[in-house]
Amino acid sequence: MAQSMKQKTVLLGFLLNDRGGQILLGLLAAAAVLVPICNIFVPESSIFHVPTYMVSLLGKYLAFALLALSVDLIWGYCGILSLGHGAFFALGGYAMGMYLMRQIGDRGVYGNPILPDFMVFLNWKELPWYWYGFDAFPFAMLMVVVVPGILAGVFGWFAFRSRVTGVYLSIITQAMTYALLLAFFRNDMGFGGNNGLTDFKDILGHDIQEDGTRIALFLATVAALALGYIICRYIVSSRLGRVLLSIRDAESRTRFLGYRVEYYKLFVFVVSAMLAGVAGALYVPQVGIINPSEFAPAVSIEIVIWVAVGGRGSLYGAVLGAFIVNYAKTYFTGALPEAWLYMLGLLFVVVTIFMPKGVVGTVPAFKDLKKKDGTSLFGKSTEAAE
Amino acid sequence: MQGISTADKLVVPEDTILYVDGVNKAFDGFKAINDLSFYVQAGELRAIIGPNGAGKTTMMDIITGKTRPDTGDVIFRGDIDLTEMDEAHIANLGIGRKFQKPTVFENQTVFENLELALAGKRRVFESLFFKLSGREADHIDQVLEKIALAEKRNWMAGNLSHGQKQWLEIGMLLMQEPDLLLVDEPAAGMTDAETMKTAELLKEIAKDHSVVVVEHDMEFVQALESRVTVLHEGHVLAEGSLETVQKNQQVIEVYLGR
Repeated sequence: MAQSMKQKTVLLGFLLNDRGGQILLGLLAAAAVLVPICNIFVPESSIFHVPTYMVSLLGKYLAFALLALSVDLIWGYCGILSLGHGAFFALGGYAMGMYLMRQIGDRGVYGNPILPDFMVFLNWKELPWYWYGFDAFPFAMLMVVVVPGILAGVFGWFAFRSRVTGVYLSIITQAMTYALLLAFFRNDMGFGGNNGLTDFKDILGHDIQEDGTRIALFLATVAALALGYIICRYIVSSRLGRVLLSIRDAESRTRFLGYRVEYYKLFVFVVSAMLAGVAGALYVPQVGIINPSEFAPAVSIEIVIWVAVGGRGSLYGAVLGAFIVNYAKTYFTGALPEAWLYMLGLLFVVVTIFMPKGVVGTVPAFKDLKKKDGTSLFGKSTEAAE
Repeated sequence: MQGISTADKLVVPEDTILYVDGVNKAFDGFKAINDLSFYVQAGELRAIIGPNGAGKTTMMDIITGKTRPDTGDVIFRGDIDLTEMDEAHIANLGIGRKFQKPTVFENQTVFENLELALAGKRRVFESLFFKLSGREADHIDQVLEKIALAEKRNWMAGNLSHGQKQWLEIGMLLMQEPDLLLVDEPAAGMTDAETMKTAELLKEIAKDHSVVVVEHDMEFVQALESRVTVLHEGHVLAEGSLETVQKNQQVIEVYLGR
């Protein structure tokens, strides 16, 4: 104990006990150096060359990893199983998409300097009020975190105050994202209907298709994931993190200790929604489109599968799970497109039955990692031998 | 309205830490608590006994804010009306509760369990930037000694024996620095030796706290050497020393005689 208290005085000292996190951050740093070099300086003929489409694909995986991290923060550490986190991701994506639409200017098909093409098509005469300000990058970036944060705040306030927990909470998060799906499908909402927002041209004055911009977006995503990880790790290693664990394991007992459980849940839910929003904002410029299908309930369920596969309650497990499942998805939707959904379903069943602790809690190399860093949450026997 | 007018007239003696008066609570027409009145003095150790279904747990729920009474007064420290408050508020006023089933946080260490129960600092952002002070660490050490778990401070609480979990939970109550401790069947499932040790621990605690113990085990109640209140069908049947209530004819009929 004395030792760990000393460590807390060091800046980022909470990472000292976190072997898995150190490895993750090391890998991210290596990727940030090697991927640009292998893209720009290694000739295309070399097997070490990383083509630009691959840079964006990796960037997309990293954005998904950040999304998985946000779900693990609430599910793994506080027992809040959100089946609607795709909604926060999509809202962050739409905020970024709105900025990118405004950057098109008069280069659209209809050449209208203010209105995006779909509004001209719908015969709209002026920009709706909620599109104001999105031509400014700082405002749009603020909205990337504020809009998901406010939705999570309002939704969480009512749900947690009414003590909605467990499967009931999961169901209403599904209802939330489904309601948004239906709303964003409507043309008169002013978000491009079922086509969504696409045909982006520039970001911060740089052509979005250019290699340099793609590299910059990739690096921004690496940085966001690293920072997101550090924030989550700080939260779960603080006393607040231990209160979250207490809520997960014995909610009413935590209340009788005098903690206002609903405020703790609200805090972590809002932080998680903001991280998901950032992930969405980084995803959109790298894939070039945002449309209402991101609000589909199945998308949100898939996120939960990533976390379950990686192993919940470790943070780095969520990152690993997002990479494993999405790599498999990229591969199999190319090789065996009609089989993918069955495989995803099967994967979830297999993981739930045979690997309830996910890859991180089952594969021996990872289990050792957890034992060493003392962050083991589900194993009871690790500390007792001392 | 009735509640307010009686509260105006209410004169609670200053040394009464818990004043329960005329409380009624019905669930779907079943009267779980029926005109229940009893008073606990500051610094008193009180045992409450009664057969199953006597309303002991409902009574605890009402005092700690989990259940609201239909009518009646529950007054803490002479002037604080508990019937309108929630669990967290009442806990922070200084009423600690130990449940019948030991509920410690199994996936955290003994030390962390006690740290979570540490008095004060309950807000979200206080918790986010919390650092344990030397004085607070000393306090945890003292409690670890008192509950005989100093050697096991770094054990996961889930690995403790049943009796040790009960003591850890009593330790968590002490960390909250409450004025009043409500302890629900602390000796349930314990060995004889553990039971006697628990009785000693509670008597020790009662030296500087008010303690209400709900218990079935007669030997344990005897070891507490305290005043006893007998509950039956949500009502106080008898009150006094253990010998007095054991001689009470009504008590023998409904409870002890069986």
